[in-house]
Amino acid sequence: MTKNITCVTCPMGCSITVELNDGGEITSITGNTCKRGEAYAKNEITHPQRSLATTVRVEGGEHAVVPCKSSSPLPKEKIFDCMKEINAARVNAPVELGDVLIKNVCETGVDIVATNHCY
Amino acid sequence: MLSYDIVIVGGGPAGMAAALKARECGIDSILIIERAESLGGILEQCIHTGFGLQYFGEELSGPEYADRFIKQVNEQGIEFKLDTMALEITDDNVVYAVNKQDGLLEIKAKAVILAMGCRERPRGALNIAGTRASGILSAGTAQKYVNIDGYMPGKKVVILGSGDIGLIMARRMTLEGAKVECVCEVMPYSSGLTRNIVQCLDDFGIPLYLSCTVIDIHGKDRVTGVTIANVDENRRPIPGTERYIECDTLLLSVGLIPENELTRAVGIELDPVTSGAIVDEMRETSKEGVFACGNVLHVHDLVDFVTLESQTAGEGAAAYVQGKKTKGDRIATKGVGAVRYIVPQKINLNANDDVKLFFRVGSAFKNATVKVKYNGEEIISRKRPRLAPGEMENVIIKKDMLSSFSKDGVIEISVEV
Repeated sequence: MTKNITCVTCPMGCSITVELNDGGEITSITGNTCKRGEAYAKNEITHPQRSLATTVRVEGGEHAVVPCKSSSPLPKEKIFDCMKEINAARVNAPVELGDVLIKNVCETGVDIVATNHCY
Repeated sequence: MLSYDIVIVGGGPAGMAAALKARECGIDSILIIERAESLGGILEQCIHTGFGLQYFGEELSGPEYADRFIKQVNEQGIEFKLDTMALEITDDNVVYAVNKQDGLLEIKAKAVILAMGCRERPRGALNIAGTRASGILSAGTAQKYVNIDGYMPGKKVVILGSGDIGLIMARRMTLEGAKVECVCEVMPYSSGLTRNIVQCLDDFGIPLYLSCTVIDIHGKDRVTGVTIANVDENRRPIPGTERYIECDTLLLSVGLIPENELTRAVGIELDPVTSGAIVDEMRETSKEGVFACGNVLHVHDLVDFVTLESQTAGEGAAAYVQGKKTKGDRIATKGVGAVRYIVPQKINLNANDDVKLFFRVGSAFKNATVKVKYNGEEIISRKRPRLAPGEMENVIIKKDMLSSFSKDGVIEISVEV
């Protein structure tokens, strides 16, 4: 079986073709232009993951929210559960870029980290 | 009157990169004028990741990318004025600007770098029929509401335009609990990056309707729905294809326009295709000592390329101030056929380095060849597996090659299938 995947690792957006045998094992990966593309294609077949960028509510800051991201990609099927936990959270100003805002979001082992400051 | 070697209008990624490069080239007296309350420009609200892969080799969010430059601007002690609006540039390079603290500022500059960025095409430019109900926003405005103010502008959303901001906002609104009914694109292809169609629409099952547009907006106080219709090859709605979609919000992501009011007012020559200034390889405009870079020059798809281009402008402005500007005749570049435009539009035949020509195509191609010709004779031929209007391409003209050209010649880029 052949699966066509568009790599989302970087803005190049390479079209990757993955060949699978009858047992569902990957026999070849072509079309990627870097190693990260190969890793992405493998993951996409076995266990899709996505990075998450969103905001967390800040109490007493210059803005109502501070932007944040997952410290590494999350399992794709857990994205909306993670959003629920993140939207329920409140942090106090000041927040520095790089601060861990939520540890181990939804038991994924991934942290939610501030991507800007909020004073 | 204040006086600086280089005054930079705009403190986004373009202005900051230009300032830092000029400082690196030995210019001490630099002032950045920024309209917003912080440096960083539009990156501050672009909280998604994907910035910096080319320039830093890591995937950063917009604020993180901006922060790296803001830190350096501070470390280098480069002066900037926030909440300050540049009003006019005069023929002898005096910049008039205004803010609440200083009032009217009169700033004499040896060189000016235009780095004002671009703004979104508004509803008024689209001629969509319908009421003026609330709930019609540009995608960038919605992005500011959600990402900076923490405010959701709607629950049931239709997005017109499949540019990157529209796609990014489709995902952002969905993550925050809104239902995005569809994205309509009047062209037969999306102008956004392929990866954004995959990770912003496909991932969430949001339909993308190509060759489709919004022809009517309904609702008295608040938008209650829109009528969409398929369009023919001339982008005219096809009768009988109309359908009504209930929604409370219409987001417009229908193109970006370089913000060139200052440029136009001082009489700098503009390129009708890019809506930005006509520049040479150092990004100097038709007015001596005035440079332009970033989205005010032409709309970029990656900020990384804005940074690189702005470094070139910073270097050019520094050389101009130091009296080291390269003298020589300039040859014109020209996009042919599917190649809509090329930046720079002129190249100095004595250029110090190889020159990278950036260009954009008007339609999508597979397995095409990019040909560069000098006076009709092929000088470069490059295979490209795919070319898309949403993705900026480039070719490099070697400096040795340039020195053999004549100023009356023309360098043309075309695409052959």
